[in-house]
Amino acid sequence: MKQLFVFIRKEFYHVFRDPRTLLIMFGLPLVQIILFGFALTSEVKNAHIFISDNAQDVQTTQIIQKIKSSSYFSVEEAVIGNKKIESILRRGNTRCVLIFPPNFGNDLLHTGKAQVQIIADGSDPNTAKTIINYLTSIISEYQHQVYSTASLPFQIIPETRMLYNEEGNGSLNYIPGVMALILMIVCTALTSVSIVKEKELGTMEVLLVSPFKPVMVLISKAVPYLLLSLVNFTFILLLSVFVLDVEIKGNLSLLFFESTLFIITCLSFGLLISNTTNSQQTALLLSMMGMMLPTIIFTGFLFPLENMPLIFRLISNLVPAKWYFTIIKCVMLKGLGFQYVWKETLVLIGMTIFLLTVSLKNFKIRLQ
Amino acid sequence: MEEKAIICKDLTKQFGGFYAVSNISFEVNRGEIFGFLGANGAGKTTAMRILCGLSFPTSGEATVAGFNVYNQQESIKKNIGYMSQKFSLYENLSIMENIEFFGGVYGLSRPEIKERSNKLVEDLGLKKEAKKMVGGLPLGWKQKLAFSVAIFHRPKIVFLDEPTGGVDPVTRRQFWDMIYDAAASGITIFVTTHYMDEAEYCNRVSIMVDGRLEALDTPGNLKKRFSSDSMDEVFYNLARRALRKDD
Repeated sequence: MKQLFVFIRKEFYHVFRDPRTLLIMFGLPLVQIILFGFALTSEVKNAHIFISDNAQDVQTTQIIQKIKSSSYFSVEEAVIGNKKIESILRRGNTRCVLIFPPNFGNDLLHTGKAQVQIIADGSDPNTAKTIINYLTSIISEYQHQVYSTASLPFQIIPETRMLYNEEGNGSLNYIPGVMALILMIVCTALTSVSIVKEKELGTMEVLLVSPFKPVMVLISKAVPYLLLSLVNFTFILLLSVFVLDVEIKGNLSLLFFESTLFIITCLSFGLLISNTTNSQQTALLLSMMGMMLPTIIFTGFLFPLENMPLIFRLISNLVPAKWYFTIIKCVMLKGLGFQYVWKETLVLIGMTIFLLTVSLKNFKIRLQ
Repeated sequence: MEEKAIICKDLTKQFGGFYAVSNISFEVNRGEIFGFLGANGAGKTTAMRILCGLSFPTSGEATVAGFNVYNQQESIKKNIGYMSQKFSLYENLSIMENIEFFGGVYGLSRPEIKERSNKLVEDLGLKKEAKKMVGGLPLGWKQKLAFSVAIFHRPKIVFLDEPTGGVDPVTRRQFWDMIYDAAASGITIFVTTHYMDEAEYCNRVSIMVDGRLEALDTPGNLKKRFSSDSMDEVFYNLARRALRKDD
């Protein structure tokens, strides 16, 4: 037990004296949270749109006021002819052109029907769709407000709600994904590299000749990274709550339990990698290729899994991060309890046991 | 304590049809400096791994410090020290921290470690550097330190695997002074080397060729037997008979 303590203390010396490790450990979460939270949002904010108001009456002015007051758009206004529309869109910075025909207000009042044209830049279809949605909803909202009962005898008014994320906060979906990604990089890559490093240096040989048991070598490698990863996890949680305004709805201890489980899964994977290679570079490459890419692609936090062909959906089941991502989303964002995530938890436990068994077995074989 | 530090009888290690070590028998006396020579691929490392309790022999008997290599590996490990050709201390730990770590791994108590390490850095003349990172030391110093760490827990036998590779002649000479001191204090030295002048420093020398033990005697007797002037010639005469290629 004392030996274990001596060993773990040594591991902490290594971590705290290596600026690169520290950078990966605490710099990475910071950068990723900021990147995913602010830069990579699918929301549209301050989109530049152009409004050509050919009517210039009370109604159009009111609608334009509404559009201007929303935070989604920055509005440029001028009356232009039909031919100039395309050249405006071609400038590149304008996402959409909104055109009110002459007599818009008159038509609306007298015939009960008026047209408005929205021309969006379809070269970026996601943004275009979002902008069109925003504009139509602003316009129809105005319509309901002013002429709610007047026009049609039958009306279907859809009441929409974005449950668990009423404000449409884009960082919500990224946070669990970023967590999975960072925990994996820290646990898998750093653990495997730190073991392989001892092989490269020749200190592993000395350790194996010592009375220190080989399994203990692995445990003492795993424990510091487990602790550091938990600190890291707390750090990410704090960042997401205080920087990205994400509300943690679920039980905090359940969250920590599930994360500890996932960290152990990653550590086992790191151990497995360190068994198969003797060079730090290979270990790093393997953990990046083996963990990072599949995580980004197959967890579903960047690309929806539902849209993938069946074969890829099946493959995604083999990626531990996918299960963790599902669990964290349920617990953290929806506030669900253990009874909703026990299946995923079981899958993770199974994977961990499998990885641990294989890596421990391999470690023994390599000693012979 | 028993007089023989290591006893090997018909020790064999077989990998499939390949005999890495084939029927070697020898005894090493307590406090002896025993040279274990052989060209690369002759089976030195395999034999040494068995004696260090890292792998099991296929057949034959061997005891190290009185413990059987088949079922007392743990006891063997407690009683031996080991130093490899690779520098094997942690570069980003200070001299003191390295000593404390390895002392701790061998289960020494805290006061023991403290007392011995203070004496050690004093003897090595490294008292001022004790808090500096090992990475910054010159190679010669690192090797001396590594040897001191290998015998820090006062093992009965210390295994040195080409300990002086890449070290300058002066430091090598100093290194051997340390080895003599250790032997004088009763530690048995089991050393492999490729430097034949170092072989002359050993009490007795064994030479392995193709997994077999071809010669075992004092350097003086070996030279007489092969009517050579130097160990270099003795080694060359034996090693060139090898059929195996280097690996």
